[in-house]
Amino acid sequence: MKSCEYQQIDPRALSVSPQSAQSHPETKAQRPRRKWEVFPGKNRFFCDGRIILSSHSGVLPLTLGLIVVTCGLFFAFDCPFLVEHLTVFIPVIGGVLCMFVILSLLRTSFTDPGILPRATPDEATDIEKQIDTSGSSSYRPPPRTKEILINQQVVKLKYCFTCKMFRPPRTSHCSLCDNCVERFDHHCPWVGNCVGKRNYRFFYSFIISLSFLTSFIFGCVITHLTLRSQSGKSLIQAIQESPASVVELVICFFSVWSILGLSGFHTYLVASNLTTNEDIKGSWSSKRSAEDSGNPYTYSSIIKNCCATLCGPMPPSLIDRRGLCLLKRRPLLHTLQRSSCLRSQPRMTQTWRRTVRTSLCPAQPEGAPCWFMCTQSTKDVLERMLYSSDFHTVCPMGPSKTTPLGLEVPGSMGPPRAPAICPRHAIPESAGNSCTTCGRSRKDSLHSINPAFRLASPSPSLTRANMALSDTQEDGFIPFS
Amino acid sequence: MAETHSLQDMRQQATVASKVFIQRDYTQGTMCQFQTKLPSDLEARIDKQQFEETVRTLNNLYAEAEKIGSQSFIEGCLACLTAYTVFLCMETHYEKVLKKIAKFIQEQNDKIYAPRGLLLTDPIERGLRVIEVTIFEDRSLTR
Repeated sequence: MKSCEYQQIDPRALSVSPQSAQSHPETKAQRPRRKWEVFPGKNRFFCDGRIILSSHSGVLPLTLGLIVVTCGLFFAFDCPFLVEHLTVFIPVIGGVLCMFVILSLLRTSFTDPGILPRATPDEATDIEKQIDTSGSSSYRPPPRTKEILINQQVVKLKYCFTCKMFRPPRTSHCSLCDNCVERFDHHCPWVGNCVGKRNYRFFYSFIISLSFLTSFIFGCVITHLTLRSQSGKSLIQAIQESPASVVELVICFFSVWSILGLSGFHTYLVASNLTTNEDIKGSWSSKRSAEDSGNPYTYSSIIKNCCATLCGPMPPSLIDRRGLCLLKRRPLLHTLQRSSCLRSQPRMTQTWRRTVRTSLCPAQPEGAPCWFMCTQSTKDVLERMLYSSDFHTVCPMGPSKTTPLGLEVPGSMGPPRAPAICPRHAIPESAGNSCTTCGRSRKDSLHSINPAFRLASPSPSLTRANMALSDTQEDGFIPFS
Repeated sequence: MAETHSLQDMRQQATVASKVFIQRDYTQGTMCQFQTKLPSDLEARIDKQQFEETVRTLNNLYAEAEKIGSQSFIEGCLACLTAYTVFLCMETHYEKVLKKIAKFIQEQNDKIYAPRGLLLTDPIERGLRVIEVTIFEDRSLTR
């Protein structure tokens, strides 16, 4: 490909229509995809990424159903009698407890438990390099572990082959959800989600409030039947008058033992800053090894352990579900489009993206239009593309009419520039990120992927090019390989 | 036009030479801390003290975000009492500190790292696993 002299184009001379400037098959109808749409784990998303659920939702409908039915029967059949004979506070307390239980349950089920995004290809390569240089050999790589010291205690970190990283301490890979989860406790089928760092407090408040609720309903039903049978009737008669109470009694009787047991167990875990996973494996049990291996994470004070687990700061979700997948290297297309002497290879731009995507992110759904770029050295990508013999086979979409790419990627390295301003929101772009309002996040900012179109509207597009020049770091998308 | 001139600067283009990853430091537990040791690839580009200072400040900011103090306790209790619905309208302390961190990284990039052909990526973009440092090679297209 020949390089060309830069032709300064007067933006006012350009016609505006994007179709005429660059007929890109995808630009017509495509909206930028959100990251949840390309998430590689086995999760389901609702409300445009606001709600996350495991794909194995287990018996969550059953849990909800049992709670709602039991409470419904309680309010319908027991409360009128008890209000009349005892106090009006009974349905009030019951109502408050019921609301609390349902809200905690929904919060546990619909919250990201602390999923760690998978390593970018660059990171994975870097880690592989480090492992290889440390002398492990042969055709069959040994299981990868790394030992570190935490509070003067040796802890082994395991390498996750799915997520391509060394798992941080206390992190475990859930095979049902196919994600690494921080401070992994367990995958709860009743709740239909993993229980991890971010939703453990919701889970704990769910089981505690549920134990109160079941004990409360159990107690009220017993009181109800007792009061009925005291007024000269036998127990059988009392049951016949209020059959629903028996149903509630049976449900509560069988649940109260397991729920109380579970609450007690988790109270113990909270007080000693352990997870179910660690407790079951006996990671810190003193019987396991000769030397004194206590739990390195405990604060040695029950109150502090409880505060740390339940009242600690709420960590943010690391997977950024509602962020936008953004097209990378738009200024590259800028330059190249205007170099008219570059050989026109219609498929190349599109294929380039596809090659990158399919080779680096094999988990992507095929044929899904997606405007993201994995964080990979662009030079590597371009070289690979040029030398690859099969690049035209990976393009599932129609031919692109964009002119092709050069080898160089525009970089930022000139004199330091003032922080670029996002044209849409007039706030400074943060490094490594496009506009924190529209790039990484919440709004549907439709940054046009048509460079020629953007040239026609000089200030936003050129400012954006300026921004892209001053921060060439890939935008806020974490590719999942 | 000043803006068009900046496009002309595209002639002076830089390529991404390599990336260096600063890993997490787990010696104090699961708190988010990064290793302050300057990687060998960066030794030629930046002063050790400067780099350590940046990482140390980042570590302090993350420690502030994760601190279990009275503020987080009150926030936690309030959240518990409202059945965690308060987080729908309120920004958590952690999120506020993350914004501070983003601003800090941008400042550092503009003042210190960009002139040396480096770029720091906000660790939150990488799931708080690593600080990614992109090293650029300065090359000009017109030779």
